[in-house]
Amino acid sequence: MISNDTIVALATPSGSGAIAIIRLSGQDAITIGSKFFRSVSSKTLAAQKSHTVHLGHIVDEPRIIDEVLVTIFKNPHSYTGENVIEISCHGSLYIQQEIIQLFLKNGCRMANAGEFTLRAFLNGKLDLSQAEAVADLIASDSEASHKIAMQQMRGGFSNEIKNLRDELLNFASLIELELDFAEEDVEFANRDEFYKLITRIIHVLKRLIDSFAVGNVIKNGIPVAIVGEPNVGKSTLLNALLNEERAIVSEIAGTTRDTIEDEIIIGGMAFRFIDTAGIRETEDIVESIGIKKTFEKIEQAQVVLLLVSSIQLALGTDAVKSIIFEIEKIKNKFPQKQLIVILNKIDQVAADELSDVIKHLTPHASQLIPISAKTGFGVEQLTDTLLNLINTGALRNNETIVTNTRHYDALLKAFEEIQKVKYGLDSELSGDLLAIDIRQALLHFGEITGEITNDDLLGNIFANFCIGK
Amino acid sequence: MFENEYDVIVVGGGHAGSEAAAAAANMGSSTLLITMNLQNIAQMSCNPAMGGIAKGQIVREIDALGGYSGIVSDTSAIQFKMLNKSKGPAMWSPRVQSDRMRFAEDWRLMLEGTPNLDFYQDMVSGLLVEKDQVVGVKTSLGLEIKAKTVVLTNGTFLNGLIHIGDKNFGGGRAGERAATGITEQLVQLGFESGRMKTGTPPRVDGRSLDYSKMEVQPGDEVPEKFSFSDVTKPLTQQRDCHMSYTSPLVHDLLREGFDRSPMFNGRIQSTGPRYCPSIEDKINRFATKERHQLFVEPEGWNTVEVYVNGFSTSLPEDVQFKALRSVVGFEKVKFFRPGYAIEYDYFPPTQLKHTLETKLVKGLFFAGQINGTTGYEEAASQGLMAGINATLQVQEKDEFILKRNEAYIGVLVDDLITKGTEEPYRMFTSRAEYRTLLRQDNADLRLTPKGYELGLVGEKRLQRMEEKHSKATNFVEFFKNTSVTSEAINPILEANDSAAVNQSGKLFKIFARPNISMDDMRKIDSVEAYIKEEDLDKEILEQTEIQVKYSGYIDKEKNNADKLNRLEDLKIPVDFDYSQLKSMSIEARQKLEKIQPRTISQASRVSGVSPSDVSVLLVYMGR
Repeated sequence: MISNDTIVALATPSGSGAIAIIRLSGQDAITIGSKFFRSVSSKTLAAQKSHTVHLGHIVDEPRIIDEVLVTIFKNPHSYTGENVIEISCHGSLYIQQEIIQLFLKNGCRMANAGEFTLRAFLNGKLDLSQAEAVADLIASDSEASHKIAMQQMRGGFSNEIKNLRDELLNFASLIELELDFAEEDVEFANRDEFYKLITRIIHVLKRLIDSFAVGNVIKNGIPVAIVGEPNVGKSTLLNALLNEERAIVSEIAGTTRDTIEDEIIIGGMAFRFIDTAGIRETEDIVESIGIKKTFEKIEQAQVVLLLVSSIQLALGTDAVKSIIFEIEKIKNKFPQKQLIVILNKIDQVAADELSDVIKHLTPHASQLIPISAKTGFGVEQLTDTLLNLINTGALRNNETIVTNTRHYDALLKAFEEIQKVKYGLDSELSGDLLAIDIRQALLHFGEITGEITNDDLLGNIFANFCIGK
Repeated sequence: MFENEYDVIVVGGGHAGSEAAAAAANMGSSTLLITMNLQNIAQMSCNPAMGGIAKGQIVREIDALGGYSGIVSDTSAIQFKMLNKSKGPAMWSPRVQSDRMRFAEDWRLMLEGTPNLDFYQDMVSGLLVEKDQVVGVKTSLGLEIKAKTVVLTNGTFLNGLIHIGDKNFGGGRAGERAATGITEQLVQLGFESGRMKTGTPPRVDGRSLDYSKMEVQPGDEVPEKFSFSDVTKPLTQQRDCHMSYTSPLVHDLLREGFDRSPMFNGRIQSTGPRYCPSIEDKINRFATKERHQLFVEPEGWNTVEVYVNGFSTSLPEDVQFKALRSVVGFEKVKFFRPGYAIEYDYFPPTQLKHTLETKLVKGLFFAGQINGTTGYEEAASQGLMAGINATLQVQEKDEFILKRNEAYIGVLVDDLITKGTEEPYRMFTSRAEYRTLLRQDNADLRLTPKGYELGLVGEKRLQRMEEKHSKATNFVEFFKNTSVTSEAINPILEANDSAAVNQSGKLFKIFARPNISMDDMRKIDSVEAYIKEEDLDKEILEQTEIQVKYSGYIDKEKNNADKLNRLEDLKIPVDFDYSQLKSMSIEARQKLEKIQPRTISQASRVSGVSPSDVSVLLVYMGR
């Protein structure tokens, strides 16, 4: 027996490790995997034999996510008895999330707790004694995952979803009321009210879905690219940030060997500083390769710090022009990224020279911060700016942030169904058909909060409306 | 007098009993129908109507399986309405007003014309049980009649107690006595019993009403019918119903009797249906509502008796009378009989298997109100299923069970035996997960092949069904394969406020648009030519239209249903020991122990069983 849908989940413990294994199972597991796998020897994954291992990259065109090993298991010779691929990737949380996200967006569904085992059992792959052993595992797992879910819901997430579900349930009841009690003298809430409710639900869902990105940032750190020449004072700046916040610095190896990232906690938020070379205009081939790399790193970052030395700028207009060129280039190429221009070493230039430079740069840089990394002047303004730039509004307002990928998955699906309901309302679709989409949305909410049963609907109807001849 | 052993004895001659007897006899069982009064076979104890939302679908399902309810509903109808026609096809629900006396007479005549079926008038006072196997019944006259199986369809008769105001007396229905003995014996055998309550409104003299002050409620202009067979024809004449309203004055008059109401003074303790409240309940719970609808329904073609639908009550008769006289059009009303409430015994249906056989006593089946349901249609469908399964057991054949995605009857039985019911159970479309699949128009497609296999449906009916559906399927294919030019279709689209097309395309895509109907399609020459050539009738055009217009939704529900069926196919072994499931909640273990679900899917519907309990069960199952 092969399931129609393909499920994906992390097979290794969550958290960072040397490597992580992501597993896909289902009829299309190999086909879907094949789409995003570029073999180093240009093999097509789908054409390979069962129980073989392949080296290559997981690619979300044109972006390479990671270099991985993929193992193929064809049905029925796999753990679940279905087509299975296992992707061994590097163990960073970021990479794990990115790869899982990629598959979720492309035809996979997040596996439910114990679902691989469930499928294995359904397909007769586990015998009875094995099943018994796994049962204990699943039982302990769900208690643990319950605790985790409770922790994650502390921010009001469960309440928020519960409220949405209640309102939608009410909506569904009204629709059912129209259907099952059409002959009765009951007032049906008008479609305008429904429409308002649906619009509001869409708004909330969208915010929750968007909050996942913030949640991810909180978990994984905010990537900040520092663009600047070797002698503009990058390490002094990093040390200054350190002193300012008395936080820990760790050096963690990035996905490519030649990148060093410094992680610094500022105001309770993790920032990952990615060092890059400058991007001056050049005809030098070696240097233009460096510029290309810089762009790649800026691409990964959420914030770009362009660090320049006031001493250099004070030397003349050519230097200023060159910096303006860099600013414009970054702004053009990455209009979405937050750009902060930092004018360092201001303690080493004359005041009139400095104000001249600032006057020239201000029209081009909306965020311009003069500092002295050495004396610490302006560093506080920089950290404040950094914290303000990040979308931490939600955090500070105690708004709900979704951090659980399973919840995210359920929210995305609920969102999709609610969009259909909205479309249905727009095209004046009859209630029984609207109800199909509403029920699906309720089901997805139910995946987060618990179960939905039809009894809820009827109970709601009977409690609130005078029904019956 | 009864020397031979019957295959099936049916106790009770209401809607459940009549269908059970007919099904058993038609499948070849030697069958005996015992009822307390043979004049009252298939009585409509409450409103003179069959069908309605979700219920009409059930009647069509019964008909598709070869039961009689659809045919009798057609022959005794005085008005036909297809309800919910403005909604999607899953909601279209046929309903008839019936001639109460003709309904009962037609049923009795159909039963008399059924081979293998004997009748006897007596009260069954007990069962003959040997080693957990039923072997017959005892009657109040002291007779013992042997049988391999017994179907109990006692309706509201078991220790029935009728309330009118502060008066109460034993009775199974107005003017009929209650049945005693069976409950006590079943409880002794280990059954759990409970009490339920239902009610009915007063019947009045139509000659005393002023219809000119009421709204007229006519039947459909083009009436249809229930039965898929060609035995019956749609009505050519119909009788009107009427509508009036209660008022604050009426409510005040009713309130004056509240202190003598058995509902409010604690005399009635048992649960009544929330969706079929008495008028006193309505004005009490929804005090702000200034008026309630009253449907004035004739009881037949010729009788002057009228049913006041919406005025169910157990208030004292003088209060009923005074209040009703204040209703517009009822100023001079004369009563035929007052409304009343009735309490009766039922047996929580979680004590049954999917076949409606009791778990405790082999060969003993329950159907109808004894299972805590309400409604003629719900009762009739259970009778049919019990009659079929009793016969299959006698014939040592596989049981007959309908799945939730196959029929409302499947939803009904599964709900009853899995969840039980705290109040009289009525069917609603919202109880069905896949109502888009369970339509009244395709009940024959879903169930007639099964009825044929059981021997309840003849070859001719099966062929009729197959012809209808192959014609519809071919017509759908025609729409998929036939193109239309933009010049030909754009005027039609424009007339319906639908966006014009730039180039020619398949008809199917155009037809699937929300505001394009079959009538619009027929304006295209090739479509009209196809209909003429293939000689397609109204039923087939409608079927085609549904299949084109709702294909997306139907497919979506089919996919969801297929997912359900994966777990539905996973059987749980009989006598599975739930106590070994240490990782499952204690509540879930106890519930499952009691219900003994047949499949994983059914287990997941038991209240108190969580998804994680189901996962545990899945892994443990089969040990």
